[in-house]
Amino acid sequence: MDVDLDVKRGIITSLIGPSGCGKSTLLRCVNRINERLGYVRTEGLVEVLGHDAYDPQVDLSQLRRQVGMVFQRPNPLPISIRDNILFGQRMHEPDSPDLAGSAADDVVESALREVLLWDGVKDHLDRAATSLSLEEQQKLCIARLLPLKPSLILMDEPCSALDPKATAVIEDLIWKLRGDYTIILVTHNMAQARRASDECAFMLMGRMIEHRKTDDLFVTPKDQRTADYIEGRYG
Amino acid sequence: MFQASALNDRNARIQRRWRLLFLVMTLLLILPVAIILGLLVHHGAPVISWSFLFEFPRQGMTAGGIFPALLGTIFLVSLALVFSVPLGIAAAIYLSEYARDNWLTRAINLAIINLAGVPSIVHALFGVGAFVLFFRFGTSILAASLTLGIMALPVVIVSTRESLQAVPRAFREACWALGATRWQTIRKVVLPNSVSGILTGVILEVSRTAGETAPIMFTGAAFFLPFLPESVYDQTMALSLHLFVLSTQVPGVPEGVPYGVALVLIAIVLSMNALSIGFRMVLRGRKRW
Repeated sequence: MDVDLDVKRGIITSLIGPSGCGKSTLLRCVNRINERLGYVRTEGLVEVLGHDAYDPQVDLSQLRRQVGMVFQRPNPLPISIRDNILFGQRMHEPDSPDLAGSAADDVVESALREVLLWDGVKDHLDRAATSLSLEEQQKLCIARLLPLKPSLILMDEPCSALDPKATAVIEDLIWKLRGDYTIILVTHNMAQARRASDECAFMLMGRMIEHRKTDDLFVTPKDQRTADYIEGRYG
Repeated sequence: MFQASALNDRNARIQRRWRLLFLVMTLLLILPVAIILGLLVHHGAPVISWSFLFEFPRQGMTAGGIFPALLGTIFLVSLALVFSVPLGIAAAIYLSEYARDNWLTRAINLAIINLAGVPSIVHALFGVGAFVLFFRFGTSILAASLTLGIMALPVVIVSTRESLQAVPRAFREACWALGATRWQTIRKVVLPNSVSGILTGVILEVSRTAGETAPIMFTGAAFFLPFLPESVYDQTMALSLHLFVLSTQVPGVPEGVPYGVALVLIAIVLSMNALSIGFRMVLRGRKRW
């Protein structure tokens, strides 16, 4: 991998490129969830909010609190909707007053409202999260990050398991979160990158080829490889 | 269009014949089970009574009941569980959740496979050497249970590890990505979702251990005792050994009695298996993915 990428705060940066080019691997370096796999070695510098994420002083738990992640397949935990939302906070601040009684209800409500899921589920918050539709599950997976107030949200092809209608809904939601959170969106769907990102970075075979404003990258790509990819000549 | 040719007909005939062969072979499987159970019930059922279950053997074990042996088996198995279950579950959690794929892990896995393959009589000799003699437990319930426990260990480890692995990786990743530690993930997500499988494995272990004879024969099970054990350093009678003794060592035992003992033993084993199946059904029904 040979990558140099500067992600700006508060906007959506999409990562595109053909399968196997290293988009997801790069993304997984940021919250260091890669390193559990025994065969992974990470070299170079990853800075989050100006701090080296690989500094030995860094506590993984604190890093991941700041850097939330949404996965390709919605992966709500097999507990209730409500417990899914409160899970992160219970883990990080078990004694927080936000977790007691009606304060917890407020946390749940505001997180679910922010992802536009509240009206659909408010009457059965105790139902198993895994019984929701995929679209709702993915919303829930985004919602459960919010009580931890992350600054950066990593999204690894968050719509690839969803149908076009659900994809549109999630894209709108991502767009709505723009500004409050910095978002890195990995996608192999070029149209999605075009619709739902401010800046776009194109990767190929582990290399960063081009990183510019989304509109510019798609209209006037500088690199020939980028041009060929977005025209669909390979990938 | 699409009509069968002569070759197709021939192929279909051959395929039917093979299917029939496999079906017959499969049905043959049921035969030994049915015969064993039928024989045991036929000969053994008449001797089963409350006094058979709850009385001491009398007149050189040709009369009376099997109470000390029944109780002894329960002691041996429970104590074996006390040793093997915590150790086995802990090892399985380590191997499944913490261990990286390196030479040490591979060596441990190899050791487990080999331990599972050790014949029970070899376990018995090991038990004599290690627990009876080296640790000076003597021939005792303690030594016999430890031997049984070591024998059961690979079963517990493998079945627990399999149930842990059955929890989808996505749940773990979801937890880690939220900043949960490895232990928090295990405690909150992995264990609650694998407990049914772990319990099933433990119960199956009970049923296997209950029937073992060789490992306890030299380490703590007695031919005959006129009293119940008072501590784990005493010897005890056990159903499996009692069955062996009655069938081969004692003259003049009424024909039905060994069958009765065998019936009790197999009833314990089968009810344990039934319990584990029931468990699995209940807990699987509750599973939420």
